[in-house]
Amino acid sequence: MQSNGTARTAAALLQPMARPWRVEIFAREPAVDSKAHGALKRLHEAGTSSVRSVRVGRGYLLSPLLAARTVQTIVERLLVDPVLDRATLLAPSDDAAPLAPGVHRLCIARKPGVMDPVASSVMRALRRSLLADKPEETARVGYFQVIELEGALSRAELERIARQLFANDVVDDIHLDASVLMLPAPAKAKARSAMSVPLRHLDESALLELSRAGQLSLSATEMRAIQAHYQELGREPSACELETIAQTWSEHCKHKTFTGRIDFDGELIDNLLKQTIKRATLELNKPWCVSVFHDNAGIIEFLPASSSGSGDAGGTGWNVCFKVETHNHPSAIDPFGGAGTGVGGVIRDILGVGLGAKPIATTDAFFVGPLDLPASQVPKGCMHPARILRGVVAGVRDYGNPMGIPTVNGGLWTHARYVGNPLVYAGTVGLLPAACSFKSVQKHDRIVVVGGRTGRDGIHGATFSSIELAEESQVVSSSAVQIGDPITEKRVQDALLLARDLGLYRAITDCGAGGLSSAVGEMGAELGARVHLERVPLKYPGLAAHEIWISEAQERMVLAVDPAQLAALLAIFEAEDCDATDIGEFTGNGRLELLDDGERVGDLDMHFLHEGTPRPVRRATARAPRQEDLSVPACADPARMLHMLLAHPDVSSREWIVRQYDHEVQGTSVIKPHVGARGDGPGNASVLQPLWDSARGIAIACGASPRYGLLDPWAMATASIDEALRNAVAVGGDPEQTAILDNFSWGNCEKPEHLGDLVLASRACYAAAKAFGTPFISGKDSLNNEFKTASGTIAIPPTLYVSALAIVPDVARSVTMDLKRSGNVLYIVGMTHAELGASVYFEQLGREQGRVPRPDLALAPAALRAVHRAIATGLVRACHDLSEGGLAVAAAEMAFAGDLGLDVDLERMPLAPLPDKADELAVRLFSESCTRFLIEVEPEHCAAFEALFARLDLARLGTVTASGRLVLRSGARVVLESPLESLRSAHHGGFQG
Amino acid sequence: MTKALLLRTAGTNCDRETQRALELAGAKVERVHVKRLIETPALLSSASLLVLPGGFSYGDDVAAGRLLGFELRQFLSTPLARFVEQGGHVLGVCNGFQVLVDSGLFEPAGAERSLALGPNESARFECRWVVLEPAKCQAKWLAALGPLPMPSAHGEGRFTVRDAQTLALLESSGRVALRYAKAPGESEYPSSPNGSVGRIAGICDATGRVLGLMPHPERNITAWHLPDWTRRAPRREGEGLAFYRGLVTAAQAARPT
Repeated sequence: MQSNGTARTAAALLQPMARPWRVEIFAREPAVDSKAHGALKRLHEAGTSSVRSVRVGRGYLLSPLLAARTVQTIVERLLVDPVLDRATLLAPSDDAAPLAPGVHRLCIARKPGVMDPVASSVMRALRRSLLADKPEETARVGYFQVIELEGALSRAELERIARQLFANDVVDDIHLDASVLMLPAPAKAKARSAMSVPLRHLDESALLELSRAGQLSLSATEMRAIQAHYQELGREPSACELETIAQTWSEHCKHKTFTGRIDFDGELIDNLLKQTIKRATLELNKPWCVSVFHDNAGIIEFLPASSSGSGDAGGTGWNVCFKVETHNHPSAIDPFGGAGTGVGGVIRDILGVGLGAKPIATTDAFFVGPLDLPASQVPKGCMHPARILRGVVAGVRDYGNPMGIPTVNGGLWTHARYVGNPLVYAGTVGLLPAACSFKSVQKHDRIVVVGGRTGRDGIHGATFSSIELAEESQVVSSSAVQIGDPITEKRVQDALLLARDLGLYRAITDCGAGGLSSAVGEMGAELGARVHLERVPLKYPGLAAHEIWISEAQERMVLAVDPAQLAALLAIFEAEDCDATDIGEFTGNGRLELLDDGERVGDLDMHFLHEGTPRPVRRATARAPRQEDLSVPACADPARMLHMLLAHPDVSSREWIVRQYDHEVQGTSVIKPHVGARGDGPGNASVLQPLWDSARGIAIACGASPRYGLLDPWAMATASIDEALRNAVAVGGDPEQTAILDNFSWGNCEKPEHLGDLVLASRACYAAAKAFGTPFISGKDSLNNEFKTASGTIAIPPTLYVSALAIVPDVARSVTMDLKRSGNVLYIVGMTHAELGASVYFEQLGREQGRVPRPDLALAPAALRAVHRAIATGLVRACHDLSEGGLAVAAAEMAFAGDLGLDVDLERMPLAPLPDKADELAVRLFSESCTRFLIEVEPEHCAAFEALFARLDLARLGTVTASGRLVLRSGARVVLESPLESLRSAHHGGFQG
Repeated sequence: MTKALLLRTAGTNCDRETQRALELAGAKVERVHVKRLIETPALLSSASLLVLPGGFSYGDDVAAGRLLGFELRQFLSTPLARFVEQGGHVLGVCNGFQVLVDSGLFEPAGAERSLALGPNESARFECRWVVLEPAKCQAKWLAALGPLPMPSAHGEGRFTVRDAQTLALLESSGRVALRYAKAPGESEYPSSPNGSVGRIAGICDATGRVLGLMPHPERNITAWHLPDWTRRAPRREGEGLAFYRGLVTAAQAARPT
C-alpha cells in the first residue's frame, strides 16, 4: 500500500459515518435451522428452561453510501440463498426490526480491529464485481450473528445466554439490536513510535515498572543488561528497539530456562536442552536425520533418492518434517481463536522449514479440566472446561479443514489442575523434496513479506505467553488474541509451493511470536537487515512503526529473494491473489535498521540482540517420587469397574471430535483414527501414504501421561515416550526409523521444585531416547502454566506431550486394533507390574498414591523391535497397546471394534512379584505397566510368531470367539463377563460435545 | 486423450487427489485458476470435461460455495452454458457441487434457483464413510456402476428443494443421480450423513452432462482407502476409480478432444 493511498483512505474514513444498511438473514424453514436446535438443546442442558424457541441467523452491514437498488442486488445475488433463506433489509434511516411479542434479539459482532474473515471475503468479492467501479469505501462490509430467542427473559438473562453460547467478551461485542452497529471504525491519524524511552538513569524498581507497564516481560537482570548497553552507546533506546529486544529475549522465543544455567541441588547444569534432549540425538547420530533443532521443524529422510520409482517417488528423494507447538494461553482466554491460530502457526512452521514443505497432516491434543465440573467450581475468570474443549475442537476444525490438511492424530486428557490453564497442542507434518531441505540468506537479498496484512492484533503475544494467567487475564490480554483466516494461509501455501519449485527464493521463515521483529531478526542475524516499515501492507491505517514491527497478525511469512528473481516471484503471488511486498534488504552490515517514511526509528547491533541475553543461574531441586504406599486395593465388581473406565474422559470415544475433522482429505489415508467393523474402534495411530506411487508410509502417533507427572516426573516422561512408540509400532511403524518430538508444558520454573521436575523429566528423555534409539528432532516448551486465583496459584501437572513419526516400510502390512476372526489366538507381550499409581483405576477409587509405570529400558526396545518384525512379516492380524485402564480396557476395545468375542485367561499373563497388600486380580486387570501389547495371530502363524519373542515376555492369553461376549477368567473362574454391546455403549457414553 | 480442466481458486483443496484420479482414469488434466478462466474463457474450448474439486472456496464465507458460485454467475455463465451445450461434461465434488448448485448450471437459464445444499442436520462438519447407489438417470454411464463406498466430509451437504413439485420433477426426469444407500436394519443417520431430502447425494442436469455429488470418489482409489480394508481380502483398487473411468469415457464420447 502506498503511503499517499493510506492518507487518502484515512481522510475518507475520518468523516462521520452514518448508520449502515443492515441485512438480517434467517432460515426460511425454522424446522431445518439445525444451529438453532443445537443452541436450544444446550440452553436446556444448562438449565435455562424459559427459552421456548431460538433462531440463529447472520447479519451484514453495508455502506450507507450505496443506493437502495444496489443493496437489493447485493443481497439477492450474494448474501441470500433463495431456497434456504429469508432476509430482512433495513435502510440506514430505519430503526430496529420489529419483533414479535415475547421475542428478544441478540446481535454479536467482532470488536473493532478483530479480524473478521467473512466481512473481508464479501468486501473482496464486491470490489471485483458489483462495486468494481465505485469508490473503495462503498464496499465496506460488517458481519454479525443475530439470534432471536422466544421466552420470558430479563436483559441480564439475555446477556448471560449470549456469553454462555454465542459470544466471547474478549473478541465480541454483544448488542440487543443491530441498529447500534456501525461499519469498521474510522482510523485515527497515524500513531508515532517514541524515539527515545529514557532508561539509562532508572533504578531497578523503575526499570521493572517500565517492563511491566510496557508488557515487556523482561526481568530486572535483563533490564539492567539493556541499560548497560545503552549507557555504553550514550543514548536511550527507541520504542522499536526496546520492543525488538523484549520479543527476541522472551521465554517464548529464546527458551531461557531450557538453555540457561541451572543450579540443581548444587550441581551446575549449563544448557539443560543441550545436555539431555539434543545430546541424545547427537549421540544416536542416525543417518536419516537430515536437519534437527535448528530450523522451524525437524526433518528426516522419507524416501531416499536411490530407490527410484516412477512419477513422484522417482528422482530426487523425499523428506518429511514434523513440528508440534503449544498455544495454551491464547486458548485459555479464547478457545476458538487460540486453537485456530495455534494450528495456523504450526502449519506456517512447516511451510517455512527448509525451502518450504507441503503440510500433509495435522495433529492436536487437549488437556482440560474435568468435563463434568459443577459450574460453581469453575474459578472466577475461567471458562468451563467443556466450553473450552468445544471451542478448541471447533478452532482446530475451522482452520485445518479449510486448509485441506487431514487432522489424523491427537489426544484428550483431563485433570483438575488444567481448569485455569488448559493445554492446547497442534502439530503439522510436512513433505518436501530432499533438495529443498536447507536455506541460506545472501547479502542484498530482498526481504519480502507475503500473505496476510498487518494490524494491531496479537501485539505482545510472545511476552504474554511467558507470564502467568490470572483472573484478570481476559481483560489485560485481549490484544494478544486473534482470529485466524485459513484461506489467506491457503493462498500463501499455494503460491509459495509454486515459487519454491521454480527456485524463486533463497530462504523463508514464518511470522510467529514477535511478528516481523522475530522473523526478520532471525533471518538477518548474521548479515543484518534494513526494513522500511511504511511499506508493510496494513489492514487499516494508523499503526505506529513499533506496532507494525511487533504485530503478530496471522498468515504472514518472510522470504529472502534474489533481486533478479523478485519480479517473477511477485507475479506468482499476484496470480494466486496473495499479497507479496518488498519491504527491505539483507544488508551485510550486521545491524538491524528500521526506517519509517525515511526516519530511522531503530538501529540495533544484531550481535547484542541475539547474544546479549544475560544467563542467570536458576535454582532447581529434585523431589523423590511419591510412592510411600504401594498397595493395590481389590476390585469388588470388575465388570462395573470396566464400564466406568471405558466411560472415563481419558479413555472414552473421541469420535465426536475426530469426525468433525476431515481426516481423509489429500487421499493419503491408510489407517484412519477410527477403525474396525463399524468404524468405532479407537486406533493406536494413523498411517498415511504420502506419495501416490510408493507403498512406503508414515505412522503418526502420540503419548502423554500427565497424571503420573505429579507423582514421578521421571517415570512420566519415559512412560509418555514408551506410549508414543507403542502406538506407532502397533500400526506398523519401524521403531528403528522413528523420530520423536518433545513438548513440555510446566508450572512456573522460577520455583525450584518445578524446575527440578523439568531436570528429571529431561534426563528421562535422554535415557529413553538413547535406549529406544529414537532421536528427538524438534521440540518446544511452555514453562509458565499457572493460574492465579484469590486463594492461591494452581500449577498444571508436569506434562510432556510426545509425538512420534515412524516410517512404515510397506503400508500393505499396516495393522489395526480390531479383532478379525473367531478362532484366532490372542497373545500378550510384556511384563505386568503392580503399577497403578495415578492410574484411572485409582482415580475411580479416589486415591492416587502408588508406583507409577515406567518402562524397563533394558528390555522394552527389543520388545518393540520384535512386535515390528512380526507385523512387517505379516504374522499379526490385530495389535493394540495397553495404556489407561490396562488389559481390561484394551481387550474390551479390541473386541467391540471387531464385533467379536474374546475369552482370556488372566492367570497366563507374565506377572512380576507383587508388593504387600497388592490385590493380584486388580493388578492383572487394570495395571498400566508400559511396553505391553495384545496381539491377534492366526493359529497357523503361532509358531513363527512365538519364535520372534524367544527371550521376551510373551504369553498365549486366550482365543477370539464368535460369542459376542468379553470373558475374562482367572483359571476356571470367570471374573468378568460382558456383552460387546454394553462395552461399546459405555465407551460411547462419555462426554460427546 | 480426454482433456480435463481442473478449476481452482483460493481454498480449493482436493485438487491434487482429484487430478490423480482423473489421470488414473485416462484424462490429461490442466489446472486452471478461476482468475485465468475469467480472463480467458476460451480455455474451455479445448476440453471435454470441467471439474470443480472439493475444498472451501473463499473459506465458504457467506455460505458454502457461494462466493465462487457468484463469480461463475457474474463472469462465466455464458461460456459455461455454451460448453455444456456443445457436449462438455462438468463434475462438481463436495464444494464443487455446492458451487455448481449455486451457479445455476443444474437449472434452466434464467430460472430462479429451486435447489440448495443446506447445513447438515447435525449442524456439524462430519467426516465419515457412506455408500452411494447410482440411480437410473440422465447420466447414463452411472448405470454401469455398483454400490460406491466413499468418504463424505462436509458441513453443508443437506440436499434441499424449494417444494415437493421440484422434487417430483427431479425424480421423474432422471436427474437424481446418486443416493445414500441404506442396508437392511441400518438407521437413517448416519447412513445418510446430512439429512438430504430423498437421501439424495448427487444430481445431474437435464442433459446428464452436468453432475454433482457431495461425497468424494477420489478418496477411494487405492487398495488401502476403505476404512476396513484390514478386515478384507487384498484388493487392486478402490471403487472410486471406476466412477472416474466412467466419467472420463462419457466425456470423451460426447466431446472428443
